[in-house]
Amino acid sequence: MTPRELLVQATYLTASILFILGLRSLTRADSARRGMQQAALGMVIAVCGTLLHHEIVSYRWILAGLVIGSIIGYPLGTKVPMTAMPQRIAISHVFGALAATLVGIAEYYTHLRDGVVISTPIMAALGFEVIFGALTVSGSFMAFSKLQELISGRPHTYRGQNVTNIGLFVATLAIFGYLLVNPGAARLFYVMVGMAFLFGFLLVLPIGGADMPVVISLMNSYAGLASSATGFAIGNNVLIIAGALDGASGFILSMVMSKAMNRSFGNVLFGAFGSTAAAGSAQGVEGLSVKAISVEDAAMQLAYARLVIVVPGYGLAVAQAQHVVRELADLIEKRGGEVKYAIHPVAGRMPGHMNVLLAEANVPYDRLVEMDEINSQFPQADVALVVGANDVVNPAARSDASSPIYGMPILNVDQAKGIIVLKRSMNPGFAGIENQLFYNEKTSMLFGDAKQSLTKLVAEVKGL
Amino acid sequence: MTYLGLIEVYVFILAAFVGFMVITRVPPLLHTPLMSATNAISAISLVGSLVAAGADRNQVSTILGFVAVISATINAVGGFIITDRMLKMFRRKPGPGAGEPPP
Repeated sequence: MTPRELLVQATYLTASILFILGLRSLTRADSARRGMQQAALGMVIAVCGTLLHHEIVSYRWILAGLVIGSIIGYPLGTKVPMTAMPQRIAISHVFGALAATLVGIAEYYTHLRDGVVISTPIMAALGFEVIFGALTVSGSFMAFSKLQELISGRPHTYRGQNVTNIGLFVATLAIFGYLLVNPGAARLFYVMVGMAFLFGFLLVLPIGGADMPVVISLMNSYAGLASSATGFAIGNNVLIIAGALDGASGFILSMVMSKAMNRSFGNVLFGAFGSTAAAGSAQGVEGLSVKAISVEDAAMQLAYARLVIVVPGYGLAVAQAQHVVRELADLIEKRGGEVKYAIHPVAGRMPGHMNVLLAEANVPYDRLVEMDEINSQFPQADVALVVGANDVVNPAARSDASSPIYGMPILNVDQAKGIIVLKRSMNPGFAGIENQLFYNEKTSMLFGDAKQSLTKLVAEVKGL
Repeated sequence: MTYLGLIEVYVFILAAFVGFMVITRVPPLLHTPLMSATNAISAISLVGSLVAAGADRNQVSTILGFVAVISATINAVGGFIITDRMLKMFRRKPGPGAGEPPP
Protein backbone atom coordinates (compact mmCIF):
# COMPACT_ATOMS: atom_id res chain seq x y z
CA MET A 1 0.00 0.00 0.00
CA THR A 2 1.39 3.38 -0.97
CA PRO A 3 1.50 6.16 1.64
CA ARG A 4 -1.22 7.96 -0.25
CA GLU A 5 -3.55 4.96 -0.15
CA LEU A 6 -2.80 4.58 3.52
CA LEU A 7 -3.79 8.18 4.10
CA VAL A 8 -7.05 7.67 2.20
CA GLN A 9 -7.83 4.58 4.28
CA ALA A 10 -7.03 6.50 7.47
CA THR A 11 -9.59 9.15 6.58
CA TYR A 12 -12.18 6.43 5.97
CA LEU A 13 -11.47 4.81 9.30
CA THR A 14 -11.73 8.18 11.06
CA ALA A 15 -15.05 8.84 9.34
CA SER A 16 -16.41 5.41 10.34
CA ILE A 17 -15.50 5.98 13.99
CA LEU A 18 -17.03 9.46 14.01
CA PHE A 19 -20.24 8.10 12.42
CA ILE A 20 -20.65 5.46 15.11
CA LEU A 21 -19.91 7.96 17.87
CA GLY A 22 -22.38 10.37 16.27
CA LEU A 23 -25.14 7.79 16.32
CA ARG A 24 -24.26 6.86 19.88
CA SER A 25 -24.63 10.50 20.88
CA LEU A 26 -28.26 10.30 19.75
CA THR A 27 -29.08 8.16 22.76
CA ARG A 28 -29.18 11.38 24.79
CA ALA A 29 -30.78 14.62 23.69
CA ASP A 30 -28.13 16.73 25.46
CA SER A 31 -25.16 15.19 23.70
CA ALA A 32 -26.77 14.61 20.33
CA ARG A 33 -25.97 17.87 18.62
CA ARG A 34 -22.24 17.82 19.23
CA GLY A 35 -22.00 14.15 18.25
CA MET A 36 -23.69 14.74 14.94
CA GLN A 37 -21.48 17.71 14.21
CA GLN A 38 -18.51 15.42 14.66
CA ALA A 39 -20.11 12.94 12.28
CA ALA A 40 -20.44 15.74 9.73
CA LEU A 41 -16.76 16.46 10.20
CA GLY A 42 -16.12 12.77 9.55
CA MET A 43 -17.92 13.12 6.24
CA VAL A 44 -15.80 16.11 5.24
CA ILE A 45 -12.62 14.20 6.14
CA ALA A 46 -13.69 11.17 4.09
CA VAL A 47 -14.53 13.32 1.08
CA CYS A 48 -11.19 15.15 1.27
CA GLY A 49 -9.45 11.80 1.56
CA THR A 50 -11.26 10.50 -1.50
CA LEU A 51 -10.11 13.46 -3.57
CA LEU A 52 -6.59 12.06 -3.12
CA HIS A 53 -7.70 8.71 -4.55
CA HIS A 54 -5.23 7.56 -7.20
CA GLU A 55 -7.96 6.78 -9.76
CA ILE A 56 -9.27 10.34 -9.80
CA VAL A 57 -7.64 12.26 -12.61
CA SER A 58 -10.16 14.97 -13.44
CA TYR A 59 -11.81 17.29 -10.93
CA ARG A 60 -14.04 19.24 -13.28
CA TRP A 61 -17.19 17.13 -12.93
CA ILE A 62 -16.53 16.48 -9.27
CA LEU A 63 -16.37 20.16 -8.43
CA ALA A 64 -19.43 20.95 -10.53
CA GLY A 65 -21.36 18.15 -8.81
CA LEU A 66 -20.31 19.21 -5.33
CA VAL A 67 -21.27 22.82 -6.00
CA ILE A 68 -24.65 22.02 -7.57
CA GLY A 69 -25.44 19.50 -4.83
CA SER A 70 -24.58 22.01 -2.12
CA ILE A 71 -26.69 24.70 -3.74
CA ILE A 72 -29.70 22.35 -3.79
CA GLY A 73 -28.95 20.71 -0.45
CA TYR A 74 -28.47 23.85 1.60
CA PRO A 75 -32.05 25.17 1.35
CA LEU A 76 -33.34 21.61 1.81
CA GLY A 77 -31.58 21.70 5.15
CA THR A 78 -32.34 25.23 6.28
CA LYS A 79 -35.69 26.14 4.75
CA VAL A 80 -37.96 23.09 4.98
CA PRO A 81 -40.48 23.56 7.82
CA MET A 82 -40.79 20.92 10.53
CA THR A 83 -44.36 20.15 9.46
CA ALA A 84 -42.97 18.99 6.09
CA MET A 85 -40.40 16.70 7.68
CA PRO A 86 -41.94 13.37 6.54
CA GLN A 87 -41.80 14.32 2.85
CA ARG A 88 -38.36 15.86 3.35
CA ILE A 89 -37.07 12.54 4.70
CA ALA A 90 -38.79 10.63 1.90
CA ILE A 91 -37.15 12.75 -0.81
CA SER A 92 -33.74 12.36 0.79
CA HIS A 93 -34.13 8.59 0.45
CA VAL A 94 -34.69 9.20 -3.27
CA PHE A 95 -31.38 11.08 -3.57
CA GLY A 96 -29.42 8.59 -1.48
CA ALA A 97 -30.70 5.57 -3.39
CA LEU A 98 -30.26 7.34 -6.73
CA ALA A 99 -26.57 7.93 -6.03
CA ALA A 100 -26.07 4.25 -5.14
CA THR A 101 -27.97 3.02 -8.21
CA LEU A 102 -26.08 5.25 -10.62
CA VAL A 103 -22.71 4.24 -9.21
CA GLY A 104 -23.77 0.61 -9.58
CA ILE A 105 -24.76 1.06 -13.21
CA ALA A 106 -21.55 3.01 -13.93
CA GLU A 107 -19.45 0.21 -12.40
CA TYR A 108 -21.24 -2.49 -14.35
CA TYR A 109 -21.00 -0.57 -17.61
CA THR A 110 -17.31 0.17 -17.11
CA HIS A 111 -16.44 -3.42 -16.25
CA LEU A 112 -18.17 -4.73 -19.36
CA ARG A 113 -16.72 -2.04 -21.60
CA ASP A 114 -13.19 -2.67 -20.40
CA GLY A 115 -13.72 -6.40 -20.82
CA VAL A 116 -13.15 -7.12 -17.13
CA VAL A 117 -14.62 -10.44 -16.05
CA ILE A 118 -17.20 -9.72 -13.35
CA SER A 119 -16.82 -12.29 -10.59
CA THR A 120 -19.91 -13.75 -8.95
CA PRO A 121 -19.47 -11.90 -5.62
CA ILE A 122 -19.06 -8.58 -7.42
CA MET A 123 -22.11 -9.31 -9.54
CA ALA A 124 -24.04 -10.14 -6.38
CA ALA A 125 -23.04 -6.84 -4.81
CA LEU A 126 -23.90 -4.87 -7.97
CA GLY A 127 -27.23 -6.67 -8.24
CA PHE A 128 -28.23 -5.91 -4.65
CA GLU A 129 -27.06 -2.36 -5.10
CA VAL A 130 -29.17 -1.58 -8.16
CA ILE A 131 -32.22 -3.58 -7.03
CA PHE A 132 -32.40 -2.00 -3.57
CA GLY A 133 -31.41 1.34 -5.04
CA ALA A 134 -33.90 1.45 -7.89
CA LEU A 135 -36.86 0.29 -5.84
CA THR A 136 -36.03 2.79 -3.13
CA VAL A 137 -35.82 5.63 -5.64
CA SER A 138 -39.29 4.96 -7.01
CA GLY A 139 -40.85 3.78 -3.74
CA SER A 140 -39.64 6.81 -1.82
CA PHE A 141 -40.71 9.09 -4.62
CA MET A 142 -44.18 7.56 -4.37
CA ALA A 143 -44.17 8.09 -0.60
CA PHE A 144 -43.01 11.67 -1.14
CA SER A 145 -45.81 12.31 -3.64
CA LYS A 146 -48.40 11.00 -1.21
CA LEU A 147 -47.05 12.99 1.73
CA GLN A 148 -46.70 16.16 -0.33
CA GLU A 149 -50.23 15.44 -1.62
CA LEU A 150 -49.15 15.52 -5.24
CA ILE A 151 -51.32 12.43 -5.44
CA SER A 152 -54.02 11.26 -3.06
CA GLY A 153 -52.72 9.70 0.13
CA ARG A 154 -55.45 7.10 0.05
CA PRO A 155 -54.50 3.51 -0.76
CA HIS A 156 -54.83 2.73 -4.48
CA THR A 157 -55.88 -0.84 -4.90
CA TYR A 158 -57.00 -2.99 -7.80
CA ARG A 159 -57.77 -6.62 -8.37
CA GLY A 160 -54.75 -8.88 -8.57
CA GLN A 161 -52.45 -6.23 -7.15
CA ASN A 162 -50.56 -8.53 -4.81
CA VAL A 163 -50.16 -11.20 -7.49
CA THR A 164 -48.77 -8.58 -9.90
CA ASN A 165 -46.36 -7.16 -7.33
CA ILE A 166 -45.08 -10.48 -6.09
CA GLY A 167 -44.80 -11.76 -9.67
CA LEU A 168 -42.76 -8.73 -10.68
CA PHE A 169 -40.49 -9.13 -7.68
CA VAL A 170 -39.92 -12.82 -8.31
CA ALA A 171 -39.16 -12.11 -11.98
CA THR A 172 -36.64 -9.45 -10.93
CA LEU A 173 -34.94 -11.94 -8.62
CA ALA A 174 -34.94 -14.56 -11.37
CA ILE A 175 -33.05 -12.20 -13.69
CA PHE A 176 -30.66 -11.45 -10.84
CA GLY A 177 -30.05 -15.18 -10.44
CA TYR A 178 -29.37 -15.54 -14.15
CA LEU A 179 -26.93 -12.62 -14.09
CA LEU A 180 -24.99 -14.22 -11.25
CA VAL A 181 -24.16 -17.05 -13.64
CA ASN A 182 -23.95 -14.92 -16.80
CA PRO A 183 -22.82 -11.47 -15.69
CA GLY A 184 -22.24 -10.42 -19.29
CA ALA A 185 -25.94 -10.31 -20.19
CA ALA A 186 -25.98 -6.53 -20.28
CA ARG A 187 -29.47 -6.09 -21.67
CA LEU A 188 -30.95 -8.19 -18.86
CA PHE A 189 -29.07 -6.12 -16.30
CA TYR A 190 -30.77 -2.94 -17.45
CA VAL A 191 -34.14 -4.70 -17.67
CA MET A 192 -33.62 -5.77 -14.06
CA VAL A 193 -32.95 -2.18 -12.98
CA GLY A 194 -36.10 -1.07 -14.76
CA MET A 195 -38.19 -3.79 -13.16
CA ALA A 196 -36.94 -2.97 -9.66
CA PHE A 197 -37.77 0.66 -10.37
CA LEU A 198 -41.30 -0.24 -11.42
CA PHE A 199 -41.68 -2.53 -8.41
CA GLY A 200 -40.93 0.36 -6.02
CA PHE A 201 -43.84 2.36 -7.45
CA LEU A 202 -46.25 -0.54 -7.29
CA LEU A 203 -45.15 -1.50 -3.78
CA VAL A 204 -45.98 1.88 -2.25
CA LEU A 205 -49.02 2.67 -4.44
CA PRO A 206 -51.50 0.71 -2.28
CA ILE A 207 -50.13 1.95 1.05
CA GLY A 208 -52.15 4.64 2.80
CA GLY A 209 -50.95 7.72 4.66
CA ALA A 210 -51.42 6.23 8.13
CA ASP A 211 -48.93 3.47 7.28
CA MET A 212 -46.27 5.90 6.08
CA PRO A 213 -44.14 5.60 9.25
CA VAL A 214 -43.43 1.97 8.35
CA VAL A 215 -42.82 2.71 4.67
CA ILE A 216 -40.42 5.57 5.39
CA SER A 217 -38.49 3.43 7.89
CA LEU A 218 -38.30 0.56 5.44
CA MET A 219 -37.06 2.85 2.66
CA ASN A 220 -34.47 4.20 5.10
CA SER A 221 -33.25 0.68 5.59
CA TYR A 222 -33.18 -0.11 1.84
CA ALA A 223 -31.29 3.09 1.04
CA GLY A 224 -28.72 2.03 3.62
CA LEU A 225 -28.43 -1.48 2.22
CA ALA A 226 -27.97 -0.04 -1.27
CA SER A 227 -25.08 2.08 0.04
CA SER A 228 -23.61 -0.94 1.76
CA ALA A 229 -23.84 -2.98 -1.43
CA THR A 230 -22.03 -0.14 -3.22
CA GLY A 231 -19.26 -0.58 -0.69
CA PHE A 232 -19.04 -4.28 -1.50
CA ALA A 233 -19.02 -3.59 -5.23
CA ILE A 234 -16.22 -1.04 -5.16
CA GLY A 235 -14.38 -2.49 -2.17
CA ASN A 236 -14.85 0.45 0.15
CA ASN A 237 -15.23 -0.24 3.87
CA VAL A 238 -16.56 3.12 5.01
CA LEU A 239 -19.48 2.68 2.62
CA ILE A 240 -20.15 -0.79 3.96
CA ILE A 241 -20.10 0.48 7.54
CA ALA A 242 -22.24 3.58 6.99
CA GLY A 243 -24.72 1.58 4.92
CA ALA A 244 -24.94 -1.14 7.55
CA LEU A 245 -25.63 1.47 10.25
CA ASP A 246 -28.34 3.05 8.12
CA GLY A 247 -29.80 -0.33 7.25
CA ALA A 248 -29.88 -1.41 10.89
CA SER A 249 -31.47 1.86 11.94
CA GLY A 250 -34.22 1.71 9.33
CA PHE A 251 -34.90 -1.91 10.18
CA ILE A 252 -35.20 -1.22 13.90
CA LEU A 253 -37.50 1.73 13.26
CA SER A 254 -39.77 -0.27 10.99
CA MET A 255 -39.98 -2.99 13.65
CA VAL A 256 -40.90 -0.39 16.29
CA MET A 257 -43.51 1.14 14.01
CA SER A 258 -45.07 -2.18 13.01
CA LYS A 259 -45.25 -3.22 16.64
CA ALA A 260 -46.93 0.05 17.55
CA MET A 261 -49.60 -0.75 14.98
CA ASN A 262 -49.79 -4.41 15.93
CA ARG A 263 -49.15 -5.40 12.33
CA SER A 264 -46.54 -7.39 10.52
CA PHE A 265 -44.33 -6.05 7.73
CA GLY A 266 -46.19 -8.24 5.27
CA ASN A 267 -49.50 -6.90 6.41
CA VAL A 268 -48.38 -3.30 5.97
CA LEU A 269 -46.88 -3.94 2.54
CA PHE A 270 -49.57 -6.18 1.13
CA GLY A 271 -52.53 -5.51 3.42
CA ALA A 272 -53.91 -2.33 1.82
CA PHE A 273 -55.22 -1.04 5.13
CA GLY A 274 -57.87 1.29 3.74
CA SER A 275 -59.79 -1.29 1.80
CA THR A 276 -60.06 -3.78 4.66
CA ALA A 277 -61.00 -0.99 7.01
CA ALA A 278 -63.90 0.08 4.84
CA ALA A 279 -65.19 -3.48 4.80
CA GLY A 280 -64.52 -4.11 8.49
CA SER A 281 -67.51 -3.86 10.77
CA ALA A 282 -67.41 -1.00 13.17
CA GLN A 283 -69.10 -1.70 16.46
CA GLY A 284 -72.51 -0.03 16.24
CA VAL A 285 -72.51 3.62 17.00
CA GLU A 286 -76.05 4.27 15.85
CA GLY A 287 -78.24 5.59 18.58
CA LEU A 288 -75.25 7.01 20.40
CA SER A 289 -74.82 10.73 20.36
CA VAL A 290 -71.87 13.01 20.72
CA LYS A 291 -71.78 15.92 23.10
CA ALA A 292 -70.57 19.24 21.71
CA ILE A 293 -68.95 21.75 24.02
CA SER A 294 -68.59 25.51 23.77
CA VAL A 295 -65.22 27.22 23.80
CA GLU A 296 -66.10 28.89 27.11
CA ASP A 297 -66.87 25.62 28.88
CA ALA A 298 -63.81 23.91 27.47
CA ALA A 299 -61.61 26.81 28.56
CA MET A 300 -63.11 26.61 32.05
CA GLN A 301 -62.32 22.90 32.33
CA LEU A 302 -58.76 23.41 31.15
CA ALA A 303 -58.11 26.44 33.32
CA TYR A 304 -59.07 24.68 36.54
CA ALA A 305 -57.45 21.33 35.74
CA ARG A 306 -54.52 20.18 37.81
CA LEU A 307 -53.23 17.74 35.22
CA VAL A 308 -53.88 18.12 31.49
CA ILE A 309 -52.58 15.52 29.07
CA VAL A 310 -52.42 16.72 25.48
CA VAL A 311 -52.72 13.95 22.90
CA PRO A 312 -51.38 15.19 19.55
CA GLY A 313 -51.92 13.45 16.22
CA TYR A 314 -51.37 14.06 12.53
CA GLY A 315 -54.14 16.68 12.64
CA LEU A 316 -51.84 18.85 14.76
CA ALA A 317 -49.28 18.85 11.97
CA VAL A 318 -51.89 19.53 9.29
CA ALA A 319 -53.32 22.47 11.22
CA GLN A 320 -49.77 23.61 12.17
CA ALA A 321 -51.14 24.13 15.64
CA GLN A 322 -48.02 23.20 17.63
CA HIS A 323 -47.23 26.78 18.69
CA VAL A 324 -50.78 27.52 19.87
CA VAL A 325 -50.85 24.29 21.85
CA ARG A 326 -47.79 25.40 23.70
CA GLU A 327 -49.27 28.84 24.33
CA LEU A 328 -52.31 27.18 25.87
CA ALA A 329 -50.10 24.90 27.95
CA ASP A 330 -48.12 27.91 29.21
CA LEU A 331 -51.32 29.58 30.37
CA ILE A 332 -52.50 26.45 32.17
CA GLU A 333 -49.13 26.12 33.85
CA LYS A 334 -49.17 29.75 34.87
CA ARG A 335 -52.45 29.02 36.65
CA GLY A 336 -50.83 26.17 38.55
CA GLY A 337 -51.82 23.21 36.39
CA GLU A 338 -49.49 20.65 34.92
CA VAL A 339 -49.36 19.81 31.22
CA LYS A 340 -47.90 16.68 29.66
CA TYR A 341 -47.95 15.39 26.12
CA ALA A 342 -48.78 11.75 25.34
CA ILE A 343 -46.77 10.59 22.35
CA HIS A 344 -47.91 7.49 20.48
CA PRO A 345 -45.12 5.93 18.41
CA VAL A 346 -47.12 6.10 15.17
CA ALA A 347 -48.84 9.44 15.73
CA GLY A 348 -48.10 11.42 12.58
CA ARG A 349 -46.48 10.27 9.38
CA MET A 350 -43.03 9.19 10.48
CA PRO A 351 -41.22 7.96 13.60
CA GLY A 352 -40.90 10.78 16.12
CA HIS A 353 -43.00 13.22 14.07
CA MET A 354 -44.89 14.68 17.05
CA ASN A 355 -41.70 15.11 19.08
CA VAL A 356 -40.01 17.31 16.46
CA LEU A 357 -43.14 19.39 15.99
CA LEU A 358 -43.55 20.07 19.68
CA ALA A 359 -39.85 20.63 20.20
CA GLU A 360 -40.06 23.21 17.44
CA ALA A 361 -42.74 24.97 19.46
CA ASN A 362 -40.27 25.05 22.34
CA VAL A 363 -41.97 22.40 24.45
CA PRO A 364 -39.30 21.05 26.83
CA TYR A 365 -38.64 17.43 25.96
CA ASP A 366 -39.21 16.08 29.47
CA ARG A 367 -42.91 16.89 28.95
CA LEU A 368 -43.08 14.61 25.91
CA VAL A 369 -43.99 11.29 27.48
CA GLU A 370 -43.94 7.94 25.69
CA MET A 371 -47.02 5.76 25.53
CA ASP A 372 -45.99 3.09 28.06
CA GLU A 373 -45.15 5.69 30.65
CA ILE A 374 -48.11 8.03 30.20
CA ASN A 375 -50.80 5.36 30.04
CA SER A 376 -50.77 4.82 33.80
CA GLN A 377 -51.23 8.56 34.35
CA PHE A 378 -54.48 9.05 32.43
CA PRO A 379 -56.72 8.19 35.43
CA GLN A 380 -55.16 11.12 37.31
CA ALA A 381 -55.67 13.53 34.40
CA ASP A 382 -58.49 16.01 34.84
CA VAL A 383 -58.60 16.67 31.13
CA ALA A 384 -57.21 14.75 28.18
CA LEU A 385 -57.08 17.15 25.26
CA VAL A 386 -57.07 15.26 21.95
CA VAL A 387 -55.71 17.40 19.10
CA GLY A 388 -56.00 15.77 15.70
CA ALA A 389 -55.43 12.21 16.90
CA ASN A 390 -57.91 9.49 16.05
CA ASP A 391 -56.92 5.86 15.59
CA VAL A 392 -54.26 5.98 18.32
CA VAL A 393 -56.94 6.80 20.92
CA ASN A 394 -59.69 4.49 19.65
CA PRO A 395 -60.75 2.10 22.44
CA ALA A 396 -61.95 -0.34 19.77
CA ALA A 397 -58.32 -1.40 19.54
CA ARG A 398 -58.76 -2.93 23.01
CA SER A 399 -62.34 -4.09 22.93
CA ASP A 400 -63.63 -4.74 19.42
CA ALA A 401 -62.12 -7.89 17.91
CA SER A 402 -63.74 -7.13 14.54
CA SER A 403 -62.06 -3.75 14.25
CA PRO A 404 -59.18 -3.52 11.76
CA ILE A 405 -57.06 -1.86 14.43
CA TYR A 406 -57.85 -4.47 17.10
CA GLY A 407 -54.79 -5.28 19.18
CA MET A 408 -52.94 -2.07 18.38
CA PRO A 409 -51.55 -0.51 21.56
CA ILE A 410 -53.35 2.78 22.18
CA LEU A 411 -53.25 5.72 24.53
CA ASN A 412 -55.79 5.14 27.32
CA VAL A 413 -57.46 8.50 26.89
CA ASP A 414 -60.82 7.05 27.91
CA GLN A 415 -59.53 6.62 31.47
CA ALA A 416 -59.11 10.37 31.98
CA LYS A 417 -61.63 12.14 34.19
CA GLY A 418 -62.66 14.42 31.35
CA ILE A 419 -61.96 14.32 27.62
CA ILE A 420 -62.04 17.17 25.13
CA VAL A 421 -61.62 16.27 21.48
CA LEU A 422 -60.77 18.93 18.93
CA LYS A 423 -62.14 17.79 15.62
CA ARG A 424 -63.13 19.34 12.34
CA SER A 425 -66.27 17.27 11.84
CA MET A 426 -67.68 13.86 12.60
CA ASN A 427 -66.17 12.28 9.48
CA PRO A 428 -64.34 9.12 10.48
CA GLY A 429 -60.54 9.28 10.53
CA PHE A 430 -58.11 8.30 7.83
CA ALA A 431 -58.61 4.59 8.27
CA GLY A 432 -62.36 5.08 8.04
CA ILE A 433 -63.00 3.52 11.42
CA GLU A 434 -65.64 4.86 13.80
CA ASN A 435 -64.14 5.99 17.07
CA GLN A 436 -65.98 4.89 20.23
CA LEU A 437 -64.12 7.50 22.22
CA PHE A 438 -66.18 10.31 20.67
CA TYR A 439 -69.37 8.71 22.05
CA ASN A 440 -67.97 8.25 25.55
CA GLU A 441 -70.09 10.06 28.12
CA LYS A 442 -66.97 11.79 29.47
CA THR A 443 -66.10 13.13 26.03
CA SER A 444 -66.93 16.62 24.83
CA MET A 445 -66.34 17.54 21.21
CA LEU A 446 -65.06 20.97 20.30
CA PHE A 447 -65.75 21.23 16.58
CA GLY A 448 -63.72 23.37 14.21
CA ASP A 449 -60.23 23.78 12.83
CA ALA A 450 -57.76 22.72 15.53
CA LYS A 451 -55.68 25.87 15.28
CA GLN A 452 -58.66 28.20 15.43
CA SER A 453 -60.21 26.33 18.33
CA LEU A 454 -56.94 26.46 20.25
CA THR A 455 -56.52 30.16 19.53
CA LYS A 456 -60.01 30.78 20.91
CA LEU A 457 -59.24 28.63 23.96
CA VAL A 458 -56.08 30.65 24.61
CA ALA A 459 -58.08 33.88 24.50
CA GLU A 460 -60.74 32.45 26.83
CA VAL A 461 -58.29 31.07 29.38
CA LYS A 462 -56.46 34.42 29.39
CA GLY A 463 -59.72 36.17 30.22
CA LEU A 464 -60.57 33.95 33.18
CA MET B 1 -11.55 -3.86 -7.98
CA THR B 2 -12.77 -7.29 -8.95
CA TYR B 3 -11.82 -9.27 -5.87
CA LEU B 4 -14.33 -9.44 -3.07
CA GLY B 5 -12.87 -10.72 0.14
CA LEU B 6 -14.63 -12.32 3.03
CA ILE B 7 -13.26 -9.47 5.11
CA GLU B 8 -15.95 -7.16 3.70
CA VAL B 9 -18.62 -9.52 4.91
CA TYR B 10 -17.07 -9.39 8.39
CA VAL B 11 -17.04 -5.60 8.28
CA PHE B 12 -20.69 -5.51 7.25
CA ILE B 13 -21.86 -7.90 9.92
CA LEU B 14 -19.88 -6.25 12.70
CA ALA B 15 -21.06 -2.78 11.65
CA ALA B 16 -24.65 -4.01 11.57
CA PHE B 17 -24.18 -5.38 15.10
CA VAL B 18 -22.79 -2.09 16.33
CA GLY B 19 -25.71 -0.35 14.62
CA PHE B 20 -28.25 -2.57 16.36
CA MET B 21 -26.68 -2.12 19.77
CA VAL B 22 -26.38 1.63 19.48
CA ILE B 23 -29.65 2.39 17.76
CA THR B 24 -31.92 0.29 19.98
CA ARG B 25 -30.87 2.68 22.75
CA VAL B 26 -31.99 5.80 20.88
CA PRO B 27 -35.19 7.06 22.58
CA PRO B 28 -38.36 7.48 20.48
CA LEU B 29 -38.04 11.19 21.26
CA LEU B 30 -35.16 11.39 18.78
CA HIS B 31 -36.41 8.98 16.12
CA THR B 32 -36.89 11.66 13.47
CA PRO B 33 -33.39 13.14 13.96
CA LEU B 34 -32.07 9.56 13.96
CA MET B 35 -33.62 9.00 10.58
CA SER B 36 -32.21 12.16 9.06
CA ALA B 37 -28.85 11.45 10.71
CA THR B 38 -28.50 7.94 9.29
CA ASN B 39 -29.58 9.33 5.98
CA ALA B 40 -26.90 12.00 6.06
CA ILE B 41 -24.31 9.42 7.10
CA SER B 42 -25.20 7.06 4.29
CA ALA B 43 -24.60 9.95 1.91
CA ILE B 44 -21.00 8.74 2.32
CA SER B 45 -21.82 6.94 -0.93
CA LEU B 46 -20.52 10.27 -2.19
CA VAL B 47 -17.00 8.81 -2.04
CA GLY B 48 -18.03 6.13 -4.54
CA SER B 49 -19.67 8.74 -6.75
CA LEU B 50 -16.56 10.93 -6.67
CA VAL B 51 -14.42 8.11 -8.05
CA ALA B 52 -16.97 7.32 -10.77
CA ALA B 53 -17.16 10.99 -11.77
CA GLY B 54 -13.46 11.76 -11.66
CA ALA B 55 -11.69 8.62 -12.83
CA ASP B 56 -12.22 9.56 -16.48
CA ARG B 57 -12.91 5.96 -17.42
CA ASN B 58 -15.62 6.60 -20.00
CA GLN B 59 -18.32 9.11 -20.72
CA VAL B 60 -21.17 7.05 -19.28
CA SER B 61 -19.37 6.56 -15.99
CA THR B 62 -18.48 10.26 -15.79
CA ILE B 63 -22.04 11.43 -16.42
CA LEU B 64 -23.68 8.90 -14.09
CA GLY B 65 -21.03 9.69 -11.49
CA PHE B 66 -21.66 13.40 -11.90
CA VAL B 67 -25.39 13.00 -11.24
CA ALA B 68 -24.58 10.68 -8.31
CA VAL B 69 -22.22 13.29 -6.85
CA ILE B 70 -25.04 15.86 -7.02
CA SER B 71 -27.56 13.53 -5.32
CA ALA B 72 -25.19 12.41 -2.60
CA THR B 73 -24.01 15.97 -1.91
CA ILE B 74 -27.61 17.11 -1.54
CA ASN B 75 -28.06 14.50 1.19
CA ALA B 76 -24.74 15.12 2.88
CA VAL B 77 -25.19 18.89 3.04
CA GLY B 78 -28.95 19.02 3.58
CA GLY B 79 -29.01 15.98 5.87
CA PHE B 80 -26.49 17.18 8.42
CA ILE B 81 -27.91 20.71 8.44
CA ILE B 82 -31.47 19.57 9.04
CA THR B 83 -30.40 17.09 11.71
CA ASP B 84 -28.59 19.87 13.51
CA ARG B 85 -31.62 22.14 13.13
CA MET B 86 -33.83 19.52 14.74
CA LEU B 87 -31.46 18.66 17.56
CA LYS B 88 -31.08 22.33 18.37
CA MET B 89 -34.79 22.41 19.22
CA PHE B 90 -34.72 19.66 21.83
CA ARG B 91 -34.27 21.37 25.15
CA ARG B 92 -35.00 20.32 28.69
CA LYS B 93 -36.16 23.79 29.70
CA PRO B 94 -37.94 26.28 27.48
CA GLY B 95 -35.18 28.49 26.15
CA PRO B 96 -35.07 31.76 24.27
CA GLY B 97 -34.68 32.11 20.55
CA ALA B 98 -35.93 29.73 17.93
CA GLY B 99 -39.32 28.18 18.37
CA GLU B 100 -41.07 31.08 20.09
CA PRO B 101 -44.75 31.10 19.24
CA PRO B 102 -45.55 33.66 16.56
CA PRO B 103 -46.96 36.90 18.00
